[in-house]
Amino acid sequence: MNDSVMSPEYTDAVKNLLFQLADDDFMYSFRGSEWLGLAPHIEADIAYSSISQDTMGHAAMYYTLLENLGAGNADDLAHSRPASDRRNSILTERVNGSGYYLETPHYDWAYAVTRSYFYTQAKKVKIDSLCESSYKPLAEVAVKVRMELYYHRLHWETWFKQLMSSTDVAKKKMNEAIALVVADFGDVFSYGTQKEAIESNGLIGSEEALQEKWKMNIEPLLTSLQVQMPKIPDQPVKNGRNGEHTNDLEEGLTTLSEVYKFESAAVW
Amino acid sequence: MTALTELTVERVYEALLNVKDPEIDTVSIFDLGMIGEVTTNGTHVKVVLLPTFLGCPALEIIKKNTINAIKELPEVTEIEVEFTFHPPWTSDRITEKGHQNLRAFGIAPPPRHFKEDGSWHVDCAYCGSTYVTMDNIFGPTACRSILYCKSCKNVFEAMKPVSTNM
Ligand SMILES: [Zn+2]
Repeated sequence: MNDSVMSPEYTDAVKNLLFQLADDDFMYSFRGSEWLGLAPHIEADIAYSSISQDTMGHAAMYYTLLENLGAGNADDLAHSRPASDRRNSILTERVNGSGYYLETPHYDWAYAVTRSYFYTQAKKVKIDSLCESSYKPLAEVAVKVRMELYYHRLHWETWFKQLMSSTDVAKKKMNEAIALVVADFGDVFSYGTQKEAIESNGLIGSEEALQEKWKMNIEPLLTSLQVQMPKIPDQPVKNGRNGEHTNDLEEGLTTLSEVYKFESAAVW
Repeated sequence: MTALTELTVERVYEALLNVKDPEIDTVSIFDLGMIGEVTTNGTHVKVVLLPTFLGCPALEIIKKNTINAIKELPEVTEIEVEFTFHPPWTSDRITEKGHQNLRAFGIAPPPRHFKEDGSWHVDCAYCGSTYVTMDNIFGPTACRSILYCKSCKNVFEAMKPVSTNM
């Protein structure tokens, strides 16, 4: 679809989907960046920061597409929108654990690995579908994102496998992490109130189709590790796609916008 | 009086050969396959670049260096440099000279082929041994991995292969 012949309804649907994609990657990347220097060893630390940096690049691309559609300046869209305007899933906004990252972080590596593995697999399903999007600029970005995502998936799958095949303590922690992540998965494949508009315009596959694909993709690994297939809640307690969020988002946005307000005076 | 030479696409390409990757200064962005298109219109130049990785922090530096290199052509009055993702950059765009220069920097060039399971293999950048292990798929920059050679016991980097059928 060409920008000049787009109906207002179509443009709105594109914008709504872009906000969901952008805010997801933005928050996932922010939570990842808080791990800097805290991962179990140096290789894991380098990899995680590299993945967070790639992911921030993906978010920046979506915000740029929004800017091109007249939604506002990309940097402002990323940093200056209040929690109620955010469309990210609850899963991506969750804190890494208790404690503040500069002072006494008690972050949970099992949770980081599990969130990342499930999230990256969900992103893979969405990106594959977006490569066929009726909105050409989005399809082109998706082709590029898919290449980078390949390495992210490889990384998190390896970690997931290793921890699940490790000690009983590790397994117990992983199973607790899976329960937490799955409980928050109710809005990951949701388009919220925009479902009809987003799906009927051929922007991306349907919620149901993508969720089914995701299950199919992770099932072989989970089965081989004797992990029960997760039961995603039918109705999310809060739906981030409709601007419903936890306090974790509020807290996260305060932290990251402090940095932005401070740095936007300088060039960045 | 010297007449100004005509501003041709070829002369712009020549100027662009001086633009190196800020992180690997033996390799030009031309040999990395980052130049998508060059067009001239009178004294105006437009260059379209293909970013290797989307979150790459070197992109702004590369853009600035590209503009500066074209400014060296005296007759240019207007320069436009932009990034595009279509076509997407893939590692098979790196030229043969690019491969040589990467090796000269101690970085194994990206392998041309993936195995059936999606994994890939490179030989040691120093001694050419095939007896290597992957230390960390994520190296110091998004586009590189860290490997270890069991023959010469060196740690070396490899440029990650990137292709559209991943
Ligand atoms: Zn060697």
